[in-house]
Amino acid sequence: MSAASSSGNVIRKYLPVYFVLLAIFFVEVFLSFQHFATGTLVVILLLLAICSAALGLMYFMHLADERRNLLLTLIPVTIFVLLMMNMFWSDSVRLLHMRPGAQ
Amino acid sequence: MAVHGHGALMEESPYAIPSRKLTMWLFIISDAVTFGSFLFAYGYIRVSAANWVRPFESGSVISVILMTVVLITSSLTMLGAVDASKNGDKAKAMRFLYSTMALGALFAALHLREWFQLFGRKITLSSGLFAQTFFTITGLHLLHVICGVIAIFVVAMKYSSGKLTAGYVENTGLYWHFVDLVWMFVVPLVYLTNIAH
Repeated sequence: MSAASSSGNVIRKYLPVYFVLLAIFFVEVFLSFQHFATGTLVVILLLLAICSAALGLMYFMHLADERRNLLLTLIPVTIFVLLMMNMFWSDSVRLLHMRPGAQ
Repeated sequence: MAVHGHGALMEESPYAIPSRKLTMWLFIISDAVTFGSFLFAYGYIRVSAANWVRPFESGSVISVILMTVVLITSSLTMLGAVDASKNGDKAKAMRFLYSTMALGALFAALHLREWFQLFGRKITLSSGLFAQTFFTITGLHLLHVICGVIAIFVVAMKYSSGKLTAGYVENTGLYWHFVDLVWMFVVPLVYLTNIAH
């Protein structure tokens, strides 16, 4: 296969991922115009964003093509750190009672 | 000389990737945690704060749609550049790299236009919690985009003159896809939850 035709193929190969990412984004835009409670909307949008990120990681960043060792080393640790952050950030709920300028 | 003493040096890499690429992955992970901390902080402030400003109207949403399409398209052109460089097709790789740079620059221009529109409505860094979190998070992302465009330019020039190999193009591509990936979290959390109804 010539180099030129290979480059054309790679674009064609990843076009479905590209369109799925755009579709997820347009679903997010549509949902943001619906009247959800802020907390519910944040959770739904966050879940959709995680789906987009997973697609980006696996296909655009080729993590699916690398050895599984790499994925198992990088991703669980990152998720763990982010979840731990979620634990200690919840302490900031105290801001509800310490809001600057609150009467 | 005892051969067994060098066993560790001869051991195969558990990831089967060059150390340069592994370093880029580690940088990406640390940067993801940085963005994660900003977005978690924003999320908590957003949900707990009373009287939150929702400044985005349909014009801003159209602008955000354009910016997102431009950035995701730039990821696709970057994939083309990485593939062409791996296949040794320098001319094609350069065309894709220039396209990625142009799309990145367009994204930055649209971003700045959005900022200046907010400035025109008296929404600046000193206008309260919304503005502070918005400009901090989008500013950090914009800084990454600008650095990415500069990095792609430098790598493209050196790759073109033969000073750098295709591996460098691939690493720059990883960084660029990461910038795209972060935007997928910034848009829903920072823009779409702040649309004026």
